[in-house]
Amino acid sequence: MSDNKNNPLIEMIGIDKYFGDFQALKNIDLVVHKGERIVVCGPSGSGKSTLIRCINRLEKHNAGTITIDGIELTDKVEDIDAVRREVGMVFQSFNLFPHMSIVKNLMIAQRLVRKTPKAEAREVAMHYLERVKIPEQAEKYPIQLSGGQQQRVAIARALCMKPKIILFDEPTSALDPEMINEVLDVMVDLAQDGMTMICVTHEMGFARSVADRVIFMDQGEIVEQAKPSEFFENPKNKRTQAFLKQILTH
Amino acid sequence: MSFDLNLIVESLPLMLAGIGITFKLLLVSGFLGLILAIVLLLMRISGKFYLNWLAQVYIYVFRGTPILVQIFIIYYGLPQFEGVRESIFWSLLREPTGCAILALTLNTGAYVSEILRGGVLSVDKGLLEAGSALGMSARHKFIYITTPLATRISLPAYSNDVISLLKSTALASTITIADMTGIARTIVADTYAPYEIFISLAIIYMIFTLGIQKLFGLIERYLSRYTRRED
Repeated sequence: MSDNKNNPLIEMIGIDKYFGDFQALKNIDLVVHKGERIVVCGPSGSGKSTLIRCINRLEKHNAGTITIDGIELTDKVEDIDAVRREVGMVFQSFNLFPHMSIVKNLMIAQRLVRKTPKAEAREVAMHYLERVKIPEQAEKYPIQLSGGQQQRVAIARALCMKPKIILFDEPTSALDPEMINEVLDVMVDLAQDGMTMICVTHEMGFARSVADRVIFMDQGEIVEQAKPSEFFENPKNKRTQAFLKQILTH
Repeated sequence: MSFDLNLIVESLPLMLAGIGITFKLLLVSGFLGLILAIVLLLMRISGKFYLNWLAQVYIYVFRGTPILVQIFIIYYGLPQFEGVRESIFWSLLREPTGCAILALTLNTGAYVSEILRGGVLSVDKGLLEAGSALGMSARHKFIYITTPLATRISLPAYSNDVISLLKSTALASTITIADMTGIARTIVADTYAPYEIFISLAIIYMIFTLGIQKLFGLIERYLSRYTRRED
C-alpha cells in the first residue's frame, strides 16, 4: 500500500458488468487519485450504483481489472476483505443494523474486523458520533432516529473503520427534503478534510461546490467527465445536455 | 346422561401425575429437534447442492408422513433389525419413551428448519451488504446480523410449532407410555366415563398451551425491543 500521489487509489480498466443478458457497465475506465472528490450522476438504470458497487465487490465485474490501493480485485477472499477494510460505503437506505444500539452499530466491525479492544472501539465510535453531531443518540436504536440522523450514523459507522475511500450510493435520495442538508453538511465536512470520495447523487449543488470531477453516465457508459464548472456551464455531449436540462429545470 | 364432577376431581391428580412425562417428551424432543433444525437449516443454505438436497429429502419425508406412523415405524419397526438391537442406541430405543422422543425430534426438526429458513430469507439483503462493505466475513454476518434478526422473525411460527409438539406428545400414549393422555385412557377404561376424563384432559392441555403462549409472548416482546420507537 502506498500513498504515492502518482499511484491511483482506484484504477478501473475496461470494466464490463452483466446482469443476465443486460449489460449494466460497458467498458468503463476510471482512475481516482487520493483526495479526489467525484460525483457520479445520470438517469436511473445508467449503471452509477453498479459502478461504485464494483469497487468494493458488492458486484463482481465480468471483464476488465479493478485495482484498489495496489490490490487487484479477484475471487481471492483475502484480497476482497483487504479492499473492503479500506473502502467505506454509505447506502441510500442507511442499512443500520436495527437490533443494535447506535454505538454498537459503530463498534461491531471495529471489534470483529479490526479486532479493536472494546473500550477503544467505543471511544472511536463516540468520536465519530460527535463529528456527525449526534453523540447524545449513542444508546438509542436506529428506529428511534430520524432518517437524516440515521444516515449521519451510517457515515460515522463507515468512518470508524478509518477507510481511505468512501463510496456514497445516493445518500440523500431516501430522505425527506428538510433532512438532506444535515447529511450534505457532514459530507462537505469530510470533503474538506481531504477524504477520497465517490458520490452517486443528484444533488447538483453539492456537485458544484465539492466535486473535483463530475461524471455523467448513461446506458452503462461514462458519457462525459469534467470539472463541475465546465460540466454545468458547457456540457459537450447531447445526452449530458438533455439530462442537465431535465434536472435543472425546477 | 349424567356428568360426574366428583370423577373429575378424583382423576385430575392422577392425570397430573403424567405431567412429568409429557414435560419430558416436550422439552427433550423440543431441544433436540431445535438442534436438528439448525443443522438442517445450515445444510439448506450451505450452497452445497448435495447437502441441500439431502436436507430437502429429509424434510419432505418427515413432513409428508403422519407422526403417528413415524412413531409406529420406530417403535415396532426398528427392533426387527439385528443391527439396531446390537447398536449403542438400543438402550434408548428399547424404551418406548426413547422411541417417542426420537420420533418427535425427527418430526419437529423438519418443520422447525423450514420455519428458521423463512426467517433467514427474510433478513434485509441491504444489511448483509452493509456488513460486507464493513469487511465482515460470511460467518460474522451470519452470527451477528442474520441470526438475531431471523430469530425474532421466526419466533411466532416457532411458538406455534412448540404448541403443536406439545399436542403430539399425546401420541406417545399409543405406544404404552403413561403420559397424561396415557393415564387418561387407562382411567376411561376403568370408569367408562370418557366425557369427564377427556374434557378435563383437554383443559389441562389448554392451560399448558396458554403457558407456552405467554412465555413466547414475553420472549417476543424482549426480542422486539428495537422495533419500538419509544422506550
